[in-house]
Amino acid sequence: MLATVRDLFRYNPEVRIGAMLLGLVAGMAALSLASPYAPLDTFVVAPDLPPSLAHPFGTTSRGQDVFWQLTFAIRNTLTFGIVVAVLSRLLSLAIGLLAGYKGGWVDRVLMAINDTFIAIPLFPILVLFYFVLRAAMSWAALALIMALLGWAYDARLIRALALSLKSREFTYTGVFSGMTTRELLLREHLPYVMPIVFATTMNNMNWSIGLEVTLSVLGFTDINSPTVGGMIYWANQHTALVAGVWWWIAFPVILVVALFIGLFLLAVSMNEHIDPRSRLRRMGAEGGA
Amino acid sequence: MRFYVTYLAQRLGQFLLVVFIGINLTYLITHLTPIDPVEQSIAAVTSFGNTSPEAIGAMRQSLRELYGLNGAPHQQYLAFWRRIVLADFGPSLSAFPTPVSTLIARALPWTIGLLATATLMTWVLGNLLGGLAGYYQNKTSLKVLAIIAMGLHPVPYYIVAFVLLVTFGYLWPLLPIAGGKAMNLGDQLSLTMVLSILKHSILPALSLLLVGLGGWFLGMRSLVSNVVSEDYVVYAELAGVDRRRILTSYVMRNALLPQVTGLALSLGAIFNDAIITEQVFGYPGVGSLLVAGVYAGDYGLVLGVATVSIIGVSTAVLIIDLVYRLLDPRVRTA
Repeated sequence: MLATVRDLFRYNPEVRIGAMLLGLVAGMAALSLASPYAPLDTFVVAPDLPPSLAHPFGTTSRGQDVFWQLTFAIRNTLTFGIVVAVLSRLLSLAIGLLAGYKGGWVDRVLMAINDTFIAIPLFPILVLFYFVLRAAMSWAALALIMALLGWAYDARLIRALALSLKSREFTYTGVFSGMTTRELLLREHLPYVMPIVFATTMNNMNWSIGLEVTLSVLGFTDINSPTVGGMIYWANQHTALVAGVWWWIAFPVILVVALFIGLFLLAVSMNEHIDPRSRLRRMGAEGGA
Repeated sequence: MRFYVTYLAQRLGQFLLVVFIGINLTYLITHLTPIDPVEQSIAAVTSFGNTSPEAIGAMRQSLRELYGLNGAPHQQYLAFWRRIVLADFGPSLSAFPTPVSTLIARALPWTIGLLATATLMTWVLGNLLGGLAGYYQNKTSLKVLAIIAMGLHPVPYYIVAFVLLVTFGYLWPLLPIAGGKAMNLGDQLSLTMVLSILKHSILPALSLLLVGLGGWFLGMRSLVSNVVSEDYVVYAELAGVDRRRILTSYVMRNALLPQVTGLALSLGAIFNDAIITEQVFGYPGVGSLLVAGVYAGDYGLVLGVATVSIIGVSTAVLIIDLVYRLLDPRVRTA
């Protein structure tokens, strides 16, 4: 495991850049614990100050320090992405492994539902949810809804792997030694699909955070708990760009873009690492062969 | 051909299932949530001032009718389906008394036009460049392109659109940033009108292109770099077949099949982006309609747009799948 990480750092500049960007974002999120201001307090500092030593990212028109506000926002956004990813991973693992192993009508029914979720445009559904729930559309409710909508694509990937595991020797050995389906899937098949689960986790976080930012910017979420999208929403509400308060929008955008690129680079290099063909090509190229 | 007919029947079944589950999902969301949409709307109205109890009662009754909340559950469910099948979502509350279906019918051509052109452009360009990058792996210009594509691809759509809006709206006002065509043009078709429509579509289309390009580019590049090491490609190279011909008819053609499947799979996501484009650039399509409907509390409009998008996207996916099967020679000869 450690050797794998070391190799990844050695041969992939993408991993180095991605880890650096994620480290930056995580550091920002951790700083929220040291914030001198409470996240929801407004007019604690003079409004509309440009970046300076006292306020490195400037202050908002609502009298908040952009830097400290952003630490809370990125922490919430990051937590949101992780919660959605973990919940939807559990779903896609359960469905993918079961469909691949059972085959037959179980597979057909599960995959028919699966393909439906892939084909349905989710944004109108999420907007419909917001329309009905309104004030009840809390952070946790949105995370739960996104997890319930976001498992399908990865369940298909996992199913494809599970299909190939089904006809392997150790599966037969397990079945003949009397393991139940649950034991077999959890103990024998799960370890094989874990690498792809990690890679899809990062893609899923990109997906959920991207949608969360978009919904918040439109004001379709709980706009009172600070998130990166929520900050952009408030900045737009105060027409920050017309008023020349560019730092209110620029810093959240820069930070969230760093998060996206970091996650994406790690996911891509992880996928490459899982596929031995591309891994060998890269190592060969680096060695000058 | 008999094979194709079986496939057609199967695929149609899948299509009907997608629409069925999708519509049921909208029914569940609107009917089984713990929040009562009627009381929500009433609270929104009464918070502006005093309203007499009789007026509130009348309002509650008409809203319950509009939301389809009268009668036993199975009657509500059947009434819901009747409205969907007849495409009758009632009059729009925010543009009273225009029917919701008229509003959607007016907005749909804009969305389809923008979406179809942008998707096609993105797909063709991304696959072409990706194919080149996979085949000529040592070209510096293509490597730079790969880095740009990797950098742009993961950025959420809204951010890219927003940056374009700021760049061309405030910093360098070159292109129109809002609307589908110039306001002073009438409804009759003319050259100036077509030019105006095209000019207004550049920024929304460009933002869709910038975000979408990376995915196709990266996908095609890795597909092609796998095909390149196949025996038949090596053989063709040894036999002295023209490199350009190898790339187009030996390599790209074979690598393209998964990309067509990918197009069908990603159409839902592309539609999400299109909704946001329209919102950012004030484009008069269904996305703007949806967002305006939410802000105005227009239930029929929101439900109508959600339903039409589910049916529309599934239909587009169906068409791509069917055409794709026709193009595949293995299916044609079977």
